[in-house]
Amino acid sequence: MEIRFSNRGSTLIAAFSGELDHHFAEYAREKIERELIKATTRNVIFDLTGLSFMDSSGIGVLVGRYANIRKLGGKAAIICSNSRIRKILEISGILKLMPVYGELNDALRALPGA
Amino acid sequence: MQPVNEMKLEFLSKSSNEAFARVVAAAFVSQLDPTIEELADVRTAVSEAVTNAIIHGYENETGIITMVCRLYDKSVEIEITDNGKGIEDIELAMQPLYTSKPEMERSGMGFTVMESFMDRVKVRSKPGEGTTVTLYKTFGSGERAGKNQDK
Ligand SMILES: Nc1ncnc2c1ncn2[C@@H]1O[C@H](COP(=O)(O)OP(=O)(O)OP(=O)(O)O)[C@@H](O)[C@H]1O
Ligand SMILES: [Mg+2]
Repeated sequence: MEIRFSNRGSTLIAAFSGELDHHFAEYAREKIERELIKATTRNVIFDLTGLSFMDSSGIGVLVGRYANIRKLGGKAAIICSNSRIRKILEISGILKLMPVYGELNDALRALPGA
Repeated sequence: MQPVNEMKLEFLSKSSNEAFARVVAAAFVSQLDPTIEELADVRTAVSEAVTNAIIHGYENETGIITMVCRLYDKSVEIEITDNGKGIEDIELAMQPLYTSKPEMERSGMGFTVMESFMDRVKVRSKPGEGTTVTLYKTFGSGERAGKNQDK
């Protein structure tokens, strides 16, 4: 699993690729936290389009980061196109915290200051 | 009913084996010619059960996890067993959002994911002895059945 970061204004885009399970959860958590504490970051877009697999361990990673984004006064959104991962997002209730979009541009439009 | 094929795999409760177990299960189940979506469902459910055995069953100590896959004409039965801690209250454990490890960023959705991706999930457990989770799924009930009708 790999995470690439880029910035659009005050919005951090975390682009995941590969498989996000319990084995890679710790790595994902630490990598994102390191970016979150940077002063330039306010909002975060979790781009899951490059993921070929995710299970409930991924939900834990996203919800945990969401709590910290909120503490810093930011917002978060998800981009996802994989139907199985989308189903997990839906049943987990995470969409009540963060909206999900099919494309980056839609997610960027939904967040202020991007 | 007699299975048309069966396999048994034993592996250590290491997190790197989560991917290994779901790849093996998917490869074996492929013999029944499931759709890509059905195969993804199996991979996800197996990953949840194996992860639970590692995190909750053995609590990150080393133990052995056993996976048995039985193939029938159009269905599969996958049994995942650990000899770890066991579950006191199975009904409570299976409730959506229930987790005994919230501090580890668990969401309590594993069983709910298994239940929504498979047809049926059976849990047998004894505190101090271990847990067996059995996942059941019949293939061809969705999209593929529809395609056949078109012919
Ligand atoms: N193999 C097991 N051995 C012992 N306890 C288990 C086992 N599997 C599940 N449990 C118990 O059942 C609870 C619910 O499991 P479930 O997979 O639904 O959620 P979780 O693992 O806590 O969180 P998530 O799967 O969303 O990361 C666990 O918190 C644990 O207490
Ligand atoms: Mg779980």
